[in-house]
Amino acid sequence: MSAFTSQVINLFASVLLLIAFAMLAQRRIVTLINLFAIQGMALVGSTLTVAWATGQHHLYWSAGITFVLKVVALPWILHRLIRRLNVKWDIETLINIPTMMLVGIVLVVFAFNLALPISEFSQSIARGTLGIALACVLMSFLMMITRSKAVPQVIGFLAMENGLFFAATSATYGMPMVVELGIALDVLVGMVILGVFMFQIREQFDSLDIHHLEKLKED
Amino acid sequence: MLSFFILLAIPLLGGPFLWLLGDRESAPEVNSAFSLATFIASAWLTAEVISGGPITAWNDQFFVDALNVFLVALTAFVGFTTSLFSRPYMRIEREKGKMTGPRLRLYHSMYQAFMFTMLLALTTNNLGILWVAMEAATLATVLLVSVYRTAASLEAAWKYFILCGVGIAQALFGTILLYFAAERVLGAEGNALLWTHLNLVKGELEPAILSLAFVFLLVGYGTKVGLVPLHNWLPDAHAEGPTPISAVLSGLLLNVALYSVVRCKVLADGALESRFAGNMMMGFGLLSVVVAAFFLSRQRDVKRMFAYSSIEHMGLVTFAFGMAGPIANFAGLLHMTVHSLVKSAIFFAVGHAAQKAGTQVMEDIRGLAKVSPTVGWGLMIGTLAILGMPPFGVFASEFLILTTAMREHPWATPFLLLALGVAFAAVFSRVQPMVFGDTHMKPLAHQPALVPVFVHLGLGLMLGLYIPPYLAAWYQEAARLLG
Repeated sequence: MSAFTSQVINLFASVLLLIAFAMLAQRRIVTLINLFAIQGMALVGSTLTVAWATGQHHLYWSAGITFVLKVVALPWILHRLIRRLNVKWDIETLINIPTMMLVGIVLVVFAFNLALPISEFSQSIARGTLGIALACVLMSFLMMITRSKAVPQVIGFLAMENGLFFAATSATYGMPMVVELGIALDVLVGMVILGVFMFQIREQFDSLDIHHLEKLKED
Repeated sequence: MLSFFILLAIPLLGGPFLWLLGDRESAPEVNSAFSLATFIASAWLTAEVISGGPITAWNDQFFVDALNVFLVALTAFVGFTTSLFSRPYMRIEREKGKMTGPRLRLYHSMYQAFMFTMLLALTTNNLGILWVAMEAATLATVLLVSVYRTAASLEAAWKYFILCGVGIAQALFGTILLYFAAERVLGAEGNALLWTHLNLVKGELEPAILSLAFVFLLVGYGTKVGLVPLHNWLPDAHAEGPTPISAVLSGLLLNVALYSVVRCKVLADGALESRFAGNMMMGFGLLSVVVAAFFLSRQRDVKRMFAYSSIEHMGLVTFAFGMAGPIANFAGLLHMTVHSLVKSAIFFAVGHAAQKAGTQVMEDIRGLAKVSPTVGWGLMIGTLAILGMPPFGVFASEFLILTTAMREHPWATPFLLLALGVAFAAVFSRVQPMVFGDTHMKPLAHQPALVPVFVHLGLGLMLGLYIPPYLAAWYQEAARLLG
């Protein structure tokens, strides 16, 4: 693989990481969904680049699936969902955005360190990508922990899946096709179920605030 | 080959069929019929394995060896008996207004979908598909946990979804790392995630990658096993969902999740040539046993208490597999089997008891033995069995685990003994007044299904006294496979 293509992949990887940071700080739900769609687009870009550079044909298919699922279908479902739930212009009060950013940076450093011994085995792809993928996963994790509304939590969950998918394409040239299809199906079904679920939650509590869901505790 | 196909096809077709069938009077019977057919297919597959040894099918995509054959049979069996139990249980729930037609329709079709995912996870040879099936199992059961639509059940289901989703995402990362390591040895073909292929070359896999991969896989699948500190979803999901779902979650899902961990451990052991994987499992297992035992005494809800007991027992099995060696592995497999039989029997009895009393709060359930002796005695015998009283199977496996621990890891024995003692005191002191004592409860509108309870307990008793030779041979073969 030429130095150029590996630079292109690095570029997409850094876009992915930047968006992960942006999501961490974003308070508007509708913008969060758009960021998720852009992240999906970056994923498609990097998958296509890897496919073109390595000649792995099945990666074109997986780029197609990613496009349909993460750039079109999931954002569409999410947009529909927030319109029907009337939370489109909701703004979440996030405390301590600077602190979250700092924690995010610590996570990135940690992820790079964790991935360092492994990325040495990576054959040709730019070495940082596995670390970036792991950093994206951890930052989505952080986002899920800090958010108190249902929809942002779900977006965090989906963003985590993006990070995992990026790890799969960059480190291994993609998982076997049957596995990728299965994962895509799971994500889609999971999204539909979550949609159903949010309506149930709102029917019960008149809000989508997760703080209502903290009653079951050990005395 | 054909038996694989039929085994997986029956529940796969059963889901949509029951959905189309909708809310008919006969739906529970159809559900049981599908489960019975699945059980017969699993018996057929088992017979083939007994006579012909391990089988692979469909270009090695599926396989059955000594380790998963008895789990397949057990899963199909408990699935069948639970469907029998759920017939009267759900009728009573419906008359109480807790279940409605559409909810029952969802329940029946998702029940079959869940059985499919469990059997797929057990029989697939592809570690990626294993992951997909485990995630699908969460998806199939999450709407069942929230089926009563109460505030508490919604919370339980949300927790279940998010925690297991996040957990299983870690397992996916572990699978990706595993594939990364495998690809360097097996090439970028679709075969690099097939367990049988990986098992042949496990010595050549890169140790640095495998150790990290195993950590992620253990944390990921460990969330579904309910290992402390990843167990938060488990008591809620068990307590708030309908009882048949509690029974299959405890009896089947936890087993299958642990099976996934064990499969990965075999690969990690081969690559690392150290006790790293085993030590991690021992640590998580011991922590789960001790923490769950102390939580047991603080419970007021009967299903929650037995959910903690499941965490304790899964911790014990994880500890046993962590110790490794032929005896500990044998004991772990035996414990998985009897725990799944006895715990689901307890949930059956508890389900009817809670229906009688109209509550799951233990202080309000009294005098079961008077109003319906079978439920009361079923609960009492089941409790004694799960607490490890001889001559039940749990005693045999716990005895083997403890003696192995004394010999090889003496430091762990006091913790285990303490935890088992605390658990005994906590559970027995709660169950005893529930079964005996005075009561004003009325009998149930429908005859409760108690045959499954006593069949399960009978099997649990039998495994304590006498293990059939072919079963013992499997356990030994599987224990050898696990190293």
